[in-house]
Amino acid sequence: MSGVRVLVGTRKGAFVLSSDGKRERWDVSGPHFAGWEVYHVKGSPAAPDRLYASQCSGWSGQVIQRSDDGGVTWEPAGNQFAYDGVPGTHQWYDGTPHPWEFARVWHLEPSLEDPDTVYAGVEDAGLFRSTDGGQSWQELPALRGHKSGPSWQPGAGGMCLHTIILDPATPGRMFAAISAAGAFRSDDAGQTWRPINHGLQSQGIPDPDAEVGHCVHRLAMHPSRPSVLYMQKHWDVMRSDDAGESWHEVSGNLPTDFGFPIDVHAHEPDTIYVVPITSDAEHFPPEGKLRVYRSRTGGDEWEALTSGLPQEHCYVNVLRDAMAVDTLDSCGVYFGTTGGQVYASADAGDSWAPIVRDLPAVLSVEAQTLP
Amino acid sequence: MIRVVLPAHLRTLVRVGGEVELDVTGQVTQRSVLDALEARYPALAGTIRDHDGGARRAFIRFFACEQDLSHQPPDTPLPEAVASGAEPYLIVGAMAGG
Repeated sequence: MSGVRVLVGTRKGAFVLSSDGKRERWDVSGPHFAGWEVYHVKGSPAAPDRLYASQCSGWSGQVIQRSDDGGVTWEPAGNQFAYDGVPGTHQWYDGTPHPWEFARVWHLEPSLEDPDTVYAGVEDAGLFRSTDGGQSWQELPALRGHKSGPSWQPGAGGMCLHTIILDPATPGRMFAAISAAGAFRSDDAGQTWRPINHGLQSQGIPDPDAEVGHCVHRLAMHPSRPSVLYMQKHWDVMRSDDAGESWHEVSGNLPTDFGFPIDVHAHEPDTIYVVPITSDAEHFPPEGKLRVYRSRTGGDEWEALTSGLPQEHCYVNVLRDAMAVDTLDSCGVYFGTTGGQVYASADAGDSWAPIVRDLPAVLSVEAQTLP
Repeated sequence: MIRVVLPAHLRTLVRVGGEVELDVTGQVTQRSVLDALEARYPALAGTIRDHDGGARRAFIRFFACEQDLSHQPPDTPLPEAVASGAEPYLIVGAMAGG
């Protein structure tokens, strides 16, 4: 019988939530790596029991963990992330040059084909790749070395490369997003990159439609239609129909277009989900009501999904990597909150129920559909 | 035999419950003890001192015999009580919140 495994990274460890295909009863395993921040856990599409986890702490830095049994047991892998060559500088918050310094891995993206190949998006923004199951890491330096690199500035959470999307249809094409530099695309497996931010408007930067400098919070793509991209920007929900060459706003009737995550229904490429947040100053849902918004038209027209979600006194946030979908016939949607709840919907968002209520603050959620 | 006490989060990482006992050949210094520790537990590389150059991570401290050795040169001999195993060498996560 098919099943689902939800991989949750939190401020104080990782959790593995498992259910059969009904998604009614859940087994909760964890905390793994108790006491450590776990920014992201993700499984290999090619070998689902191969998982990678980014574990870090202010005391002891970065650790990469690897599991070959679906998260039952883990072994530390390599944790040396050395920038290629002399790293140079980017801009600091005050505008002064600041040396590139590795802080942590925000996002791990396993290869679509090879379980031993995995990409890591790091802070300060850089892209690394391992081809030996995470034992050793080499930077793909062309992204950080883009001519605009010295002008990049960190967002409030640090200058992080938080999104990596591998195009399943066009060999060598990949997308990355950096706060607060913007979105980038490579068509040659990361050897060269160019910004893809045409159409973005950001009032918080000196030139609102600059080539780089936009605080892109998240990108999403449906694998069946990889030329269509969706973006949750600091403010604005955006859509591109030409693989990022140009963007147009699809915020439509959202109560606020500020937010962090965005994701796509597993079987309906025009059905997308966001979690509107009041503002950049107030990182909680408007009116204290936790509402996922769904568009079935690829944006512009949105409906609030509230069944099973708290509709009063709710002041949590949902971070950029903390939403995921499964690929069962009735698409499951999952998200985690800074209040430690992980909510699941087994009916594409029509109704929700918490799998767990009291985890540490949730940093990331991924879903695996198992045979 | 050298006795080393790891902070809780590193004991979790390498799955040890109490003190670590190490045999160190040659002079017993902070560098030789940490080299032996990382040889025994490779996952500790980079978590106590940097991969490059071996500088102590900012929020890690080294104590022994009621002294803070964090700022001593890495090749300074450790106290005889540590070298003999009478006293442990303490690797401490600084009190920095979290």
